[in-house]
Amino acid sequence: MAASVAVNQSTAPGAAAKGAVSIRNVTKVYDPEGVNVMAVDDCSMEIAAGEVCMVVGPSGCGKTTLLNAIAGFHSITAGEIHLDGELLCGPDKPLAEQGADRVVVFQNGALFPWKTLRDNVAYGPLVRGQLSKRDALDKAAQMLADVGLAEFAEKYPGEVSSGMARRAEIVRALINDPKVLLLDEPYRAMDELTKSIMHEALLEMYDRTRVTMFFITHDLEEAIFLGDRVVVMTTRPCRTKKIVDVNIPRPRDYHLLSSEAFRLLVEEASEAVHEEALKAFTAGERELA
Amino acid sequence: MAVAASGTGASGGGLRRLRWSALKRNAKLWRGAAAIALTLVLWECGSRASQQLGMQLPFIGLIPPPTAVLAAWAEVIPQFGYWESWYLSFKRVLAGFLSAMVVGIPFGLLLAVSRYCREIFFPPFEVLRPIPPLAWVPASLIFWPTNELSIAFVTFLGAFFTIVINVLGGARSIDIRLLRAAQSMGATKWDMFWRIVLPASLPSIFTGAAVGMGITWEVVLAAEMISGGGTQGGGGLGFFIWNSYMGGSLEQIVVGMFSIGIAGYLSSSAIRYLGDRCMPWRRLF
Ligand SMILES: Nc1ncnc2c1ncn2[C@@H]1O[C@H](COP(=O)(O)OP(=O)(O)OP(=O)(O)O)[C@@H](O)[C@H]1O
Ligand SMILES: [Mg+2]
Repeated sequence: MAASVAVNQSTAPGAAAKGAVSIRNVTKVYDPEGVNVMAVDDCSMEIAAGEVCMVVGPSGCGKTTLLNAIAGFHSITAGEIHLDGELLCGPDKPLAEQGADRVVVFQNGALFPWKTLRDNVAYGPLVRGQLSKRDALDKAAQMLADVGLAEFAEKYPGEVSSGMARRAEIVRALINDPKVLLLDEPYRAMDELTKSIMHEALLEMYDRTRVTMFFITHDLEEAIFLGDRVVVMTTRPCRTKKIVDVNIPRPRDYHLLSSEAFRLLVEEASEAVHEEALKAFTAGERELA
Repeated sequence: MAVAASGTGASGGGLRRLRWSALKRNAKLWRGAAAIALTLVLWECGSRASQQLGMQLPFIGLIPPPTAVLAAWAEVIPQFGYWESWYLSFKRVLAGFLSAMVVGIPFGLLLAVSRYCREIFFPPFEVLRPIPPLAWVPASLIFWPTNELSIAFVTFLGAFFTIVINVLGGARSIDIRLLRAAQSMGATKWDMFWRIVLPASLPSIFTGAAVGMGITWEVVLAAEMISGGGTQGGGGLGFFIWNSYMGGSLEQIVVGMFSIGIAGYLSSSAIRYLGDRCMPWRRLF
């Protein structure tokens, strides 16, 4: 991959790492006057610059809520979130500004269906007036080629497979040179084979850019395979329950999946998740009864 | 590697499948042609049955046979009046339709993006919308100085409400993730409108246009029949039919009806063509 390192020099390995996210005692209550759903309760975590932080937890526990707060899609009720030491949102400013330093890759994908992959990727730099139209399109084509999508650059999202679309979407995020990539179950509902290819592609991109990732998933093997740390969340309201450190050196490849160390880590995470899922289930039963 | 293997494996069957699909496509065409031919033959026999059987079949016996219709058509085609009817109707439809698009699309988008505008304009809009266009005719005849203008106004209304409601619905149902994605990449409000809201609303704009076009034709023809010829606001295909009815020419009535069918088909084809041109991402495969 030596040839493609040049594309994103500013964030190449060795460059000063950026994108440290600090979540301090964040609480989010939806609709406090009405239904009053406490989605996140006094949740804290520190994500180091350049870290891949995987977030797992029972369905509906508040993972997306936390991500939306970092992205600035909705406000928080209490606590603070910092990015590289700067306040994103806090008591005096509950809603973080949206910005290209934190780009989101959505559950189910959100490429613009009316733009070709290349136009999709070029959108960010173009809309911010950062690059001329020509430079933006050139750079987009280059970055798509780097992930093996050269011949699909002129296709519409509806014409490519979901795996390709997702790869293009991550490229669309990376072209903005974000400090943090916020991924909300990007590979949900993908078959195992496609997923494993996507994982390797993502790891390759990560080795090139070292961008901080806040990566939500339900798939524990995915979490261990990709992450530096796996944060297991409690059932709603969401708090950090357990942090699994993944001390497996990079670069990683799929041989890792069959190693004993990998299996043990998955087991460790799975125990914690299972406990919470069970709690969520019985709580649900109690609510229904 | 796996892909290449399946590729070569499929190419032999692919060719066969291609020919088969071409045949199937042709079969579809043939079926369509056969159905039309059969209809014409049955119609011809049905309307001529009175001569053979000595008695008229119910309903179909009253309709002139296709050969007679064609003869009548051949008779009117060289006439200036027939083409003038086409011209007058098309002119009215286009005037009403285009003005409804020009006013309706921005208005619908405005309602979609601005909550204040929605709160102010939507309630009166919803009260006026259920009124059928033809119920506006008397008021509009009184209000506008000429017949032509009142026809134009009524046709405008017919398409306007449909277009606005479609544009509004389309623009309001844009996937919020697309808006958020754009915003998180640094799009301004202006960019969001031109590069996200507008293209995302195009499909419903064209749906609105297609339905609106149908309504416009209905209204124009009805208005032409009501207005009944004369120098002002007269003529058109609607009047052509009315005139044929007054003159007792059954064949010409049918000619007029088919002319309208063709005119409507041409209009909706034009919209479909434009839609394909404006929305290349929807013309996949
Ligand atoms: N706008 C809202 N208003 C009220 N409650 C909400 C709203 N959005 C989410 N919730 C609730 O907040 C809780 C957390 O939702 P969230 O989407 O963050 O969960 P999640 O962990 O991402 O779940 P999943 O894994 O299924 O995506 C859920 O119980 C949900 O019902
Ligand atoms: Mg979620």
